[in-house]
Amino acid sequence: MSLQTLVERAEALYHDIDLRFVAQWKQEHDGKAVGHLPIYVPRELIDAAGMLPVALHGAGDQVEIIRGDAYFQSYICQIPRSVIELALSGRLAALDGFLFPSTCDVIRNLSGMWKVLFPDRYVRYLDVPQNFSVEVGGKFWTEELREIAADLERLGGRKITDSALAESIAKFNDNRRALGELFELRRGEPWRAPAREAYLIIRAGDVMPVEEHTAFVRAYVQAAREADRVKRDHTRVAVTGAFCEQPPLELIETLERAGCYVVWDDFTLGARFIEGDIEVQGDPLDAIARAFLSRSAPNACVFQPQGPRGGWLVETVRRTAAEGVVFAAPSFCDPALLEQPMLEAALDKEGVPHTAFKYAENLGQFQVIREQAGTFSDSLRLWSEA
Amino acid sequence: MSGKAVKEQSMVKQKELIQDHYHELSRAPETGRKVIYTFVPGNLTELFRAFDLLPVYPEINALQSAMRQKSTLFINEAERAGHAEDVCTYVKTDIGMLRRGNVGPSGEKLPPPDLLVLSYTGCFTFMKWFELLRQEYDCPVVMLHTPYQGDGKITPSMVRYMVEQMRTEVIPALEKVSGIKYDEDRLKEAMALSESAETDLVAVLESAKHRPSPIDGYFGGVYYIGPIFNAFRGTPEAAEYYRMLRGEVEERMAQGLGPVTPDGLLANEKFRLVVEGPPNWTSFREFWKMFHEEGAVVVASTYTKVGGLYDTGFRHDKEHPLESLAHYCMGCYTNNNLPQRIDLLERYARDYSADGLLVNSVKSCNSFSAGQLLMLREFEKRTGLPGGFIETDLVDARYFSAANVKNRIESYLQMITQKRAPSARAEA
Ligand code: SF4
Ligand code: SF4
Repeated sequence: MSLQTLVERAEALYHDIDLRFVAQWKQEHDGKAVGHLPIYVPRELIDAAGMLPVALHGAGDQVEIIRGDAYFQSYICQIPRSVIELALSGRLAALDGFLFPSTCDVIRNLSGMWKVLFPDRYVRYLDVPQNFSVEVGGKFWTEELREIAADLERLGGRKITDSALAESIAKFNDNRRALGELFELRRGEPWRAPAREAYLIIRAGDVMPVEEHTAFVRAYVQAAREADRVKRDHTRVAVTGAFCEQPPLELIETLERAGCYVVWDDFTLGARFIEGDIEVQGDPLDAIARAFLSRSAPNACVFQPQGPRGGWLVETVRRTAAEGVVFAAPSFCDPALLEQPMLEAALDKEGVPHTAFKYAENLGQFQVIREQAGTFSDSLRLWSEA
Repeated sequence: MSGKAVKEQSMVKQKELIQDHYHELSRAPETGRKVIYTFVPGNLTELFRAFDLLPVYPEINALQSAMRQKSTLFINEAERAGHAEDVCTYVKTDIGMLRRGNVGPSGEKLPPPDLLVLSYTGCFTFMKWFELLRQEYDCPVVMLHTPYQGDGKITPSMVRYMVEQMRTEVIPALEKVSGIKYDEDRLKEAMALSESAETDLVAVLESAKHRPSPIDGYFGGVYYIGPIFNAFRGTPEAAEYYRMLRGEVEERMAQGLGPVTPDGLLANEKFRLVVEGPPNWTSFREFWKMFHEEGAVVVASTYTKVGGLYDTGFRHDKEHPLESLAHYCMGCYTNNNLPQRIDLLERYARDYSADGLLVNSVKSCNSFSAGQLLMLREFEKRTGLPGGFIETDLVDARYFSAANVKNRIESYLQMITQKRAPSARAEA
C-alpha cells in the first residue's frame, strides 16, 4: 500500500465515529467487541476471548454535544461528555461490553453512569494496583484479572485458554514493537513521519485487530522511510500530558506547522502502556500482572513510591534528543495538570526548556497555540545557537 | 428564627479538643513527637494513635483557611508557583499555605511531616497531592491503596489486598517513624472507643428523621463529624464528645426544638432537604443562611459520610482490627459507585421524609461531581421528588456567586412548594 493509501485508511478509521468498521468486523467474524476508555486495560484478554478490543478516545471535534451537556457540570474535561454523546446517540451500539480503567475520578464515575444508563450491557471498572509488590499489588491484580477474564469468557462465549492468552500476548508484544519502530523513525528522522500522520497510524489501532494493525504500522514505517520528504529546520520537541482526552488533529498539525518536530509524545498512551515485551513464563495472566507492576509507562495516573517525579521525562528528552518539552493537557484534567509542576521542576533542574497550554478535544481555534508553539520553537533555536 | 446563638457544651468541648491538638502539633519540634500528614476519607486514625503519632489533615487546614478567608491568598500563591487554575483547590490552598509559612488554623505554625500517609479513598487527586507534598517537604510517603467499589461490593480479595498493604507497608513505616512496635491491643482499645463514638454519631444524624429536625445534617453536620473525621476517633475524649452531643440533641428533640444555626434556633421548619456534595467554605455562613432563612433544613447529606458511612451499619470492630480498617476505608461515601450513591440518596429521601434533593456541584472535585446530574435525574425518577442543582467551589471564592446561588435555591424551594400535594399546601 502506498503511503497515501495508508494514511487515507487511517484517516477514514479516525473519522468512523459510528464504528462501522467494528460492526463489519463483528459480522464477518460472528464475534463481539469490547470498548474501553483511556488509558490502560489489558487488551490481550479481550483478544484471547475472541473479541475485538476497541479503544475509545472521545469524539474530538466530530460530534456536536447535544445530550452530553445535560450529564455534566461546567467544570470538567470534555471526553466524558463526548463519550456519553456517542453512546446516547447510538454510535457505540456495536460494543457489547465496556471496561473503564482507574485513570481518574472522571473515568471511574463514568463506569457507574454506564451501569445506570446501559443496564443490559457488560460494564466493569478496572482497579489497577498502586502497590507494586508481586505479593501484594500483584496478587490483587491477578485476582482482578481472573475475574475480568471470567467475565469476558461469559461475554465472548469462549474459554480463554493459557495458550490462546499466550498467543494474544505475543501479538500485542509484536504490536508494541512495531509502534516502537515508528517512534524510532520519528526520533531519528522526524521529517519522514509527520506528527499528524504518525498519530493517525497509531490511532488506527483503536479499532483494528492487533495483528492487522501491526502490519499496518510496519507498512507505514517502510513507506515513510522510502518517501521523498524534505527535512526542515524545525526544532525537536517532546509532548506530554495528552494521554487521555486527545488533542484535535489540527492541534497536532499546528505544532508542526509552527516549526516543531514531535519526536516523542504520550498521545494514546494505552496502546504502549507496558514498556517492552510481556514475558510469558508460566501462567500468562500472572505475566500480564507482573508486566504492569514493573514496566508500566511512567505516568500521572501511576503512583511512584520513591524519588522525584519527572526523572523519566528528563530521560526521555535525552534519549530522543528533544530540545524542549511541550505540556499539552486537557482543561480540567487533574492528573495531567497536577503532575505538570513536578515535571516542570525536573526539567528546570536540568535546564530543559518547556512551554505549556491546555486544550479541549473540540477546540476550534489554533491561532494562539500556533503562535505560542512558534515562539517556543524560535526560542529553542536561539537557545541552541547560544 | 428565634433566640440568639446558642453555645452548647459539646461545641465548647470540640473547640478545646481542636485547640489542644493544634497546640500539641505546634510543640512537636520541642516535644519530639512525630507528625504524619494524612487524609480524612479512609483515614487510619486509630492506628496512628497506637504509635503515638500526631496526624495533620491537609483538607481540614484548607477548609479552615477558607473559612478564615485566607484561601484566596493561598490559591494565588500556588497558581503563581505554576499550579493550574483548573485543578482541585484544596491542593492549591494547602500548597499556598505551606509556601507562606505553614501557619495552621489556630494561628500556630504546623510542623513539617515526618511521614506522609497516603491512604486515599474515593479520589485520585489525593495521590497527586502527596506526590507534590513529598517534593515540597522532601519526606517519605507510604501508600495505602483503597480499591473502589466498582461493582458495588467489597470482595475478600479487596480486603486481603488492603490488609496486606497495612502489614507490609504501612505498619512498618509507622514503626520506623515512631520507633514504637506495633501493638494490636492498643489498636483494639482505640477501635472500641471509635465504635462507641460512631453509634452516638449515628443517633445524632438520625435524629433528623424527627419532625421538626433538631439538627441540620449538612451545615450543622459538618461540625458534628469534626472530631470523628479528624484526629480524635478512637480517643476517650471523642467518645465523650459524642455522648454529650447525643444527649444535647436528644434533649432538643424531646423539646421539639429545631436546629441551632449561627443566627439562633431555627423555629419554623418548612422544607426538609437531602443535599449531595460538599459545602462551600469561603461563604459558609452566607450559604447556610440562604437555607435557614427560608426555613429549609438539611435532614441528610452525603458529605457527612465522606469520612465514614456509619449509618448503613459499619462500625470499627476491635475483634478484626485491620480487616475492619480495610472495610472502613472501602466503605467511605465517595468510594461507593454511582448506583450505590443513588440508592443511598433515595433511601435518605424516604427515611428522612425529605421534600427533595439539592446537589451542590463543586468545581474542584470530580470525585463527587462527575455524574451528579445523572444521580439527580435518577433520584427524581425513582422518588418523584424535585431536584435542584447549584455550582460552587469548596475554597475558591471566585466560584461562589452568591446572588446566583441564592436565586437558584429560592427557585428550587418555590418548585417544592408548587409540587407539594394540594392537601399539604392547604395545611401550610
Ligand atoms: S482528560 Fe484527564 S480528567 Fe478527563 S477523564 Fe481523562 S484523565 Fe480524567
Ligand atoms: S478532588 Fe475532591 S475528594 Fe479529591 S482532594 Fe479535591 S476535594 Fe478532596
